[in-house]
Amino acid sequence: MAFLYQTGRYFLFLKRVFGRPVKHRIFFKQIIDEIDDLGVGSLGIVVIISFFIGAVITLQTAYNIELPIIPKYTVGVAARDTILLEFSSTIVSLILAGKVGSHIASEIGTMRVTEQIDALDVMGINSAGYLVLPKVVAMIFINPFLVMISMGIGIGGGWVAGASTGVVPSPEYIYGIQYAFIPFYVVYSLIKSVVFGFLIATISGYWGYYTSGGSLEVGRSSTKAVVVSSIQILLFNLILTQLLLA
Amino acid sequence: MIEIKSIYKSFDENDVLKDVSSVFEAGKTNLIIGQSGSGKTVLLKTIVGLHEVDQGEVIYDSRSFTKMHGKERKDLRKEMGMLFQGSALFDSKTVEENVRFPLDMFSDMNMSDRIDRANFCLERVHLENANHLYPAEISGGMQKRVAIARAIALNPKYLFCDEPNSGLDPRTSIVIDELIQEITKEYNMTTIVNTHDMNSVMGIGEKVVFIANGEKCWEGTNGEILKSDNERLNDFIFASKFLKQLRAGS
Repeated sequence: MAFLYQTGRYFLFLKRVFGRPVKHRIFFKQIIDEIDDLGVGSLGIVVIISFFIGAVITLQTAYNIELPIIPKYTVGVAARDTILLEFSSTIVSLILAGKVGSHIASEIGTMRVTEQIDALDVMGINSAGYLVLPKVVAMIFINPFLVMISMGIGIGGGWVAGASTGVVPSPEYIYGIQYAFIPFYVVYSLIKSVVFGFLIATISGYWGYYTSGGSLEVGRSSTKAVVVSSIQILLFNLILTQLLLA
Repeated sequence: MIEIKSIYKSFDENDVLKDVSSVFEAGKTNLIIGQSGSGKTVLLKTIVGLHEVDQGEVIYDSRSFTKMHGKERKDLRKEMGMLFQGSALFDSKTVEENVRFPLDMFSDMNMSDRIDRANFCLERVHLENANHLYPAEISGGMQKRVAIARAIALNPKYLFCDEPNSGLDPRTSIVIDELIQEITKEYNMTTIVNTHDMNSVMGIGEKVVFIANGEKCWEGTNGEILKSDNERLNDFIFASKFLKQLRAGS
């Protein structure tokens, strides 16, 4: 019953979020601020994680296919496809669900418990739309960029690790990442990133918006936002993979 | 003028408001008093529409707020200003941005006029040279004054104050009370203040409604309150030993 209640309330919340903004000029300024806050602010962690995971994927792949009959460039192919298909979109989005999701839920949850949302409502402002819609638009816009940056850095990390350890010589790795390249994999990954960006912003906004109580409940909402966003990302990853790659 | 007619409100099985009716006149500071948990805040939030009534009606100058929907409600809300218990200032905005916020959202003024209006409101609450500070950088009393300035930015007809003195020292409380009363007279607003502070009741209570266990038990003026023989009201007013002794002495 609780699941049905939360799901129903989530869709009613979405209806409010997509209400018409009071002033478009203010709305666009909010989007720019959110892109800076949620997107640019996450660039550092995306770069660091992508570099190291890309490096580890390359080394692990190389150590696991150490057979003379398998050419070395295969490591580049495997690393590229792993990063493009799964790591950059899904794993980076899971990391962002933790960082951005908890940020959104705690920010909006704190506004709820300190009556700032009530203040917006009394003024006649659609508080759900005012607070959450700019975050949703920002995440849908910026998440594909973060994913593309992650792809580049991840593949670069693999090249650095392979070449510096001598496990995969540089020319073979570079040949491998170009071999049998399917451009649709990038499109598939970007479609997933748009959906995941939407899920992170709306689910975290939802849990923050319906916080009641005090600081303890803000913490709980933040945790729920991360857990539910992560589960939904994994679920939609499965659905989108079946729909787009089958 | 605001009229509430036979308001009922409950949360789950808990009846918080039971058949509460009253009339709050313009140009007067109307006080709702009662113990913590008596239903004062729920009543105020029901009047401003943050909670929907289960039964009854809220009428703003012959306009039934309860029967309004969508745009009508939105338009009426522009005539309301509210001061919350914890001030409810936006943490990420400066003092000036907080006061300017309703103007940014709803007025057609240019930026320079909006800044002038915000400065006028800040001067009106005797708060100058704090424009560029954030709420976390100013005292509780100053936060209340900023919240009042924000509430009056759009020249509202109705002002609502939820526990305006909570967390303030007695001297600052009097300053805030006097400010609310001055503004009420100056703009002929209908002001409703929730409080359990007897200094406020005696100082600015031109009309006082006493709520206990979600029911209206008494209403009158601050002049009549001390002479009332209502037992529940007297239990509330003379709760402190000091006031009991004072009453016994007189």
